[in-house]
Amino acid sequence: MSPTARPGPDAAPSPVLLDRDGLSALLDALHARGFDVIGPTMRDGAIVYDRIADIAALPAGWTDRQEPGRYRLERRPDVALFGYAVGPHSWKRFLHPPEETLWRARRAADGFTIIGEAPPPKPFAFLGVRACELHAIAIQDRVFLGGAHQDAGYAARRQGAFLVALACGTAAGTCFCASMGTGPRPENGFDLVLTELIDAARHEFLAVAGSDAGAAVLATLPTRPAGPQAIGAADAVLARTEASMGRHLDTHGLKERLQANPDHPHWDEVTSRCLACTNCTLVCPTCFCTSVSDHTTLAGDEAARVKRWDSCFIADFSFIHGGSVRSSGKSRYRQWLTHKLAHWIDQFGTSGCVGCGRCIAWCPVGIDITAEAAAIGAVAKEDRRGNA
Amino acid sequence: MPADPTPSPRRPSLAVWKFASCDGCQLSLLDCEDEFLAVAGALDIAYFAEASSTLRPGPYDLSLVEGSITTAHDAERILAVRAASRYLVTIGACATAGGIQALRNFADVNDYIAAVYATPAYISTLATSTPIAAHVKVDFALHGCPINKAQLLALISALLAGRKPDMPNESVCVACKRRGTPCVMVAHGTPCLGPVTAAGCGAICPAYGRGCYGCYGPAETANTASLAAAWTTLGADRRTLHRAFRSFNAAAEPFRKESDAHGDQNPSG
Repeated sequence: MSPTARPGPDAAPSPVLLDRDGLSALLDALHARGFDVIGPTMRDGAIVYDRIADIAALPAGWTDRQEPGRYRLERRPDVALFGYAVGPHSWKRFLHPPEETLWRARRAADGFTIIGEAPPPKPFAFLGVRACELHAIAIQDRVFLGGAHQDAGYAARRQGAFLVALACGTAAGTCFCASMGTGPRPENGFDLVLTELIDAARHEFLAVAGSDAGAAVLATLPTRPAGPQAIGAADAVLARTEASMGRHLDTHGLKERLQANPDHPHWDEVTSRCLACTNCTLVCPTCFCTSVSDHTTLAGDEAARVKRWDSCFIADFSFIHGGSVRSSGKSRYRQWLTHKLAHWIDQFGTSGCVGCGRCIAWCPVGIDITAEAAAIGAVAKEDRRGNA
Repeated sequence: MPADPTPSPRRPSLAVWKFASCDGCQLSLLDCEDEFLAVAGALDIAYFAEASSTLRPGPYDLSLVEGSITTAHDAERILAVRAASRYLVTIGACATAGGIQALRNFADVNDYIAAVYATPAYISTLATSTPIAAHVKVDFALHGCPINKAQLLALISALLAGRKPDMPNESVCVACKRRGTPCVMVAHGTPCLGPVTAAGCGAICPAYGRGCYGCYGPAETANTASLAAAWTTLGADRRTLHRAFRSFNAAAEPFRKESDAHGDQNPSG
């Protein structure tokens, strides 16, 4: 759905139930409608997002165990298709790809000509978008589409995308969306939302449309009405997930607490562990920074301007005349954490963190944003009372 | 794009030099295959002993220098190469960091000579293997053991166009993330030097499920101590850490310091 579209108040879609064949029919319907269907699949010891042909590609019966700096796949006792939390990839990989050619040009007798770009690719359909990820996409929508200058490439990829959301049935040890107010219940910004209901007696999916496009697809699928029992079971899934969040972040006054502590000694402590390797920023579903570089052929007859993911942990990122503005690892970590949790609010109106926990799990040395923010933003009890 | 829209009638001249090295980086240039004709079209290959027996005198617009300085003779020769070159670019771990042969820097070279050569008296060598930049001004360095031909072509293209080469000294992690490889340290506990190693290879090893072994040398602001602590958590012992940091880029300062922190003075171990 388009970034701004919301279901009308009269939509009030009624929940239905899909079985595994129904889910399979959903994928077939999306393929038949010309979507490039992306969903979770197992590769290289992790559950990543990639093209999926059918539900056989989903990680049936697998889950993930996540801690700071550690991610392991494990077998589940059942055959749930979505029984895991988020992995190393996010949907940003598709909407805001790691590398994008902005334009190419060829030398002409009198100047140069722009080489026409390839026709737009098929629109994406994303299967299994978590609540935290819907919020992350909404944040990137504000970054790329919300200002005076829109990112045309992002807009093209985003506006045609069909989002099948997922009510999380599993929270990882690194999850804290409940603290950030971004989950686990998907509330809007999707075309369809699924909740996987699995126990000894059944394996099916509660499905609700979130847009006209979603309702149109759902109407073509083999479904049956969902009764109060199924709706109650779906609520119970979310309640269980919310209660099993592995982490917590106290966001009360966090922006002010962080902005008041640029010289806190804990910045040095984190820096002694921080590798400045960029992993946190590149797995983050909201980090959006890029750099642009020019490329030419050896013969000098063609040129291309390419945009690539960049990171505030790279010295060149803040390089201006005279050197890098943030030459120390400490200044880079502080930039990242305070932008994400504090200055982002000043800049875009929301926190830049959705509590997905990727930066915690995928940091090779296990730096935990919830622990670092709590340490740096710690306020003595009497101070907090005084400020309240 | 080139500042001057009309190509210069004179092609810039190229020289390729070998010092103490295995020739692998020079082979990266020959390995360009499809692009090699374009290189030969864009540059006048004036001196490249590995490719042609026609060796023309300088000056040269671009000198690619492979290998480290290990003899008094080479220490003199590099001065002449520098004097004859407009741009001098070092290629590979030997030229940029001293190479694997810099292990001698941690030992008595005479012990090596006695162990390796039947007639040690024939050997005339320096006590150390040092990078080219320890002897002359270097305009740009391409890292790797061996270098990546795509980086080499990008560098030559940039020089021809009068552009700054686009090669930030970021970590291998950046390349893993861009290509979508899940972190091997996090996902399967495989020790990896990627977080402290310069990108440029395209993160090949992690894409095949193994850890980076640091052949591109230290990335900028390499926090080797923190990475070593993480390796220890994964079960690496002191000897493993000592050896991991003491390979092709052993003499690069961040790696030298970290290997020293975990090692005895045994050069081979």
